[in-house]
Amino acid sequence: MTGRHVVVVGAGPAGLAAADAALAAGAEVTLIDSAERPGGQYHRMLPEAYEATDPGALQHGYRSFDRRSRRVLGHPRCSWWAESSVWALERRDSADDGPPLVHVLRGTPRRRHVLEPDALVLAVGAHDRVLPFPGWDLPGVYTAGAAQALAKGERVVVGDRVVVAGTGPFLLPVATSLLEAGSRVLAVVEAAGPAAVARGWLRRPWELTSQLGKSGELLSYTARLGRHRVPYRMGRAVVEARGDGRVEEIVTARVRADWSVVPGSEHVTAVDALCVGHGFTPQLELPVAAGCDLRPAAGGSAAGSPADVFVSVDDDQRTSRPGVYAAGEITGVAGAPAARAEGAVAGWIAAGGDRGARALVTLGRSRDQGRAFAARLALAHPVGRAWPGWLRPDTVICRCEETTYAAVCRSAADPTRTEPQVAKLATRAGLGPCQARVCGPTVAELRRSTDQGAGPHHRPVAEPIRLGELARPPEPPPGRATPATPATPSTPTDSPAEESTS
Amino acid sequence: MDRTRVVIIGAGIIGAACARELALAGFDVLVLDRAGAAAATTSHGEGNILVSDKGPGPELELAQLSRRLWPEVLAALTERTSPEEVDAVEWDPKGGIVVATTAGGAEALLPFAAAQRAAGVRAEAMDSDALTSAEPFLTERRTAAVHYPDDAQVQPAGAATALLADALRAGARLRTGREVLGGVTRGSRLTAVRTADGQVEADVFVNAAGPWSGEVARRLGVPLDIRPRRGEVLVTTPLPPTVFHKVYDADYVGAVGSGAGDLQTSAVVESTRAGTVLLGSSRRRVGFDDRTRPEVLSAIAAKALKLFPSLAGVHVMRAYGGFRPYVPDHLPVIGADPRLPGLWHATGHEGAGIGLSVGTARLVRELLTGTAPAIDASPFRVDRPAVLGGPPTVTEAPNSPPHTAPTTEEGP
Ligand SMILES: Cc1cc2nc3c(=O)[nH]c(=O)nc-3n(C[C@H](O)[C@H](O)[C@H](O)COP(=O)(O)OP(=O)(O)OC[C@H]3O[C@@H](n4cnc5c(N)ncnc54)[C@H](O)[C@@H]3O)c2cc1C
Ligand SMILES: Cc1cc2nc3c(=O)[nH]c(=O)nc-3n(C[C@H](O)[C@H](O)[C@H](O)COP(=O)(O)OP(=O)(O)OC[C@H]3O[C@@H](n4cnc5c(N)ncnc54)[C@H](O)[C@@H]3O)c2cc1C
Repeated sequence: MTGRHVVVVGAGPAGLAAADAALAAGAEVTLIDSAERPGGQYHRMLPEAYEATDPGALQHGYRSFDRRSRRVLGHPRCSWWAESSVWALERRDSADDGPPLVHVLRGTPRRRHVLEPDALVLAVGAHDRVLPFPGWDLPGVYTAGAAQALAKGERVVVGDRVVVAGTGPFLLPVATSLLEAGSRVLAVVEAAGPAAVARGWLRRPWELTSQLGKSGELLSYTARLGRHRVPYRMGRAVVEARGDGRVEEIVTARVRADWSVVPGSEHVTAVDALCVGHGFTPQLELPVAAGCDLRPAAGGSAAGSPADVFVSVDDDQRTSRPGVYAAGEITGVAGAPAARAEGAVAGWIAAGGDRGARALVTLGRSRDQGRAFAARLALAHPVGRAWPGWLRPDTVICRCEETTYAAVCRSAADPTRTEPQVAKLATRAGLGPCQARVCGPTVAELRRSTDQGAGPHHRPVAEPIRLGELARPPEPPPGRATPATPATPSTPTDSPAEESTS
Repeated sequence: MDRTRVVIIGAGIIGAACARELALAGFDVLVLDRAGAAAATTSHGEGNILVSDKGPGPELELAQLSRRLWPEVLAALTERTSPEEVDAVEWDPKGGIVVATTAGGAEALLPFAAAQRAAGVRAEAMDSDALTSAEPFLTERRTAAVHYPDDAQVQPAGAATALLADALRAGARLRTGREVLGGVTRGSRLTAVRTADGQVEADVFVNAAGPWSGEVARRLGVPLDIRPRRGEVLVTTPLPPTVFHKVYDADYVGAVGSGAGDLQTSAVVESTRAGTVLLGSSRRRVGFDDRTRPEVLSAIAAKALKLFPSLAGVHVMRAYGGFRPYVPDHLPVIGADPRLPGLWHATGHEGAGIGLSVGTARLVRELLTGTAPAIDASPFRVDRPAVLGGPPTVTEAPNSPPHTAPTTEEGP
């Protein structure tokens, strides 16, 4: 079991926990992240700035994250590859030959390396999803994730009169971060109606609190929003943003359960910034390149949206491909504690850790709670099927290529363009630099595609690579830290929620 | 009006072009495809329409016929459809430049071009100054260059759908999601094909199933040696204008006739209307293994940088690949199958099917109506040794013997 080489891609909550557990099981670990520092989406922040303004519950979470990341990064058997991107995974001739080869561009200037791991843990996370609406491409309209990163990481005040809109509990921390950065938040506008939210959350509210942090992270967000008298409006959506060269006002409207607009309920609000998020899209190109099977979201929208697919894993976080494990948001969106639990299980098993380890039971339980939470999240905040009703013919769908709604509809109705790839070439939606990461799910829904397959996530070049980098042969990886004596396995950390509990 | 019923198997660019020609000629045309139109090889390659890469011979004649037909076809489309649809073809007769970077390459290129000129191809040797003003970012290390003003390009999926839409306007019908599973014969004649949704009867069946044509023929009861040959293409992020023609590496000319290794790459560099630069392409015999190999992409990048060293800092944002349908003698298969009356083939165009589609369709129409064909079609006939040799299986063994590869592909 010891001496196995485990490569972990992604150093967010899931990947970091995976590395930690794999090290505890005695493996040699290479931890790779394209960011400069570990933490992923969740800890994307300047800790100093954070500590300065908020010495509360979250700071404690940060400290425990910090402890873990020091433990992992400083471990003699861990190679930490910061600012390194996995740009391709290369499946071997037969799955029995082991997990795919991992092609990495490492550091600055970037060097090309190829790793041949004994086990591969994919923990590459998700990015936030934004549905288009007229004016969503105006300057001053941010994705919720980008707004939070700006507010937390760079302390940028995105505006003085800000509305946070979309769906899902993650709008709350975003609003909180904006408040902390000094923005005035006029409202949080949640498209899900009170009934859906209640159905999802109120039946077993303890699941919610245990998942969003045992110290009541979510409650603390709500409390903070309350302190700032920020109204939380349910059953409403931002259906338009207007302005001359920049967002100046938004139109919100009451929406039904399917997100169709209730006529006459429109309301205009003057704003100088708008932050929107409609859930998450998992980053599936690496799992797809590895050949992993996908599955529709648990309890996901019955409509079978192609946007609702995740990597299929078993209780040991194994994917359908031998030697390939998946953890965190690529297997379902359930928040950081669930991602940590999954990561710990994945790392421990990938390293060949004892399946009878006691900690696994605790981890497994917490992972299962996470899955239940994910299902409820999907139930409480499904994307309503009637959202295209917000669109106008000239609304831009693909921002890279400026493809309009009318163009997408035209091609969707064309019998010679039933094939997504052919339609893509015709409308150009998805051919630009983001490679359909943003507009892909939107276009698939507009085309009423029910294809939940790997197709839309097929990106053999997972990260842009310069021709000069590609043309050079790979260099041998820098020597891995090898233990002088075989490592003795300890136990995986059994507290997946450690970062927000004592 | 000839109401002969024709079923075309495959809605790639070859099937689309045939459907159009035959529907316009008054045939009752039905196109079947197991997937959607243009979904397979046709949307996974490049769209070069070349005369430059073909030496004198039947394929060059078909290329020249096709090159004459393309502007006619587009003019006819312009009369019948919306400007957007014609626009989606992205026709660009920008011309090609073949560049030699070694002494050996130059020695081979110039006589090759002379032979092409004798066969009616416009091929003009360029001096270094002319080359610099035509392609300012091209490598300084070049030994010869030839300009081919008639080389053109299209966006292949756009071209195929435009041809198909024109066929539909002319009365053809399209059924997607219909896989041909087998055939029904009466006497010795093919009278219907079987699909999961039932049988489809017709008088004539045209096998235009691209790299799967061998498999379709087998299902219908006759062997046909069409094999897949994998190719990959790199796409850069959009750039300011850097590459103005189609630019290819000439080193292939000297290499013709050499034993083909497992992986071959030759540089084809071209910009698209969107500003991206396409870098092609590789040739590998790997059956239908669709893995995109980083080392293959690396080889393509290295070749392209030999022509345009200044692209080294440019990002590749996408790579894709497909399976060229090829015959061991590297000529397409066009015509009736003498072994099974009712069955025709229009396939095996390897790396040139986009360009050759309209000429192929014209030949199919002429052969089917008994008109004198525009060019001699006999070299493409079905009953030639390379075609009938049919391998027992469609996927070839990875260690199948190398064969020589005269260049009949999309680029040198
Ligand atoms: C706006 C917002 C607010 C949120 N608020 C909360 C909250 O309050 N409470 C809560 O519990 N959760 C919250 N979440 C969710 C939480 O951030 C996620 O659940 C958690 O980060 C998921 O962890 P992960 O490890 O799966 O992915 P991530 O944290 O996304 O980490 C993935 C990592 O993989 C790296 N990566 C991706 N691709 C590659 C590649 N090809 N090569 C190298 N590296 C790569 C990325 O750089 C990233 O660091 C929020 C999320 C967002 C976006
Ligand atoms: C990397 C690469 C670069 C290329 N570059 C160029 C270039 O620059 N210029 C050029 O001219 N050519 C180029 N080509 C070649 C060109 O793409 C092909 O020659 C051409 O697309 C072949 O078209 P087709 O219609 O014969 O095959 P396809 O497009 O593959 O169409 C065949 C159709 O048959 C269908 N089918 C298969 N089996 C069945 C069945 N049993 N029942 C029903 N339907 C079935 C398939 O679904 C498919 O739609 C390139 C190819 C590649 C791979």
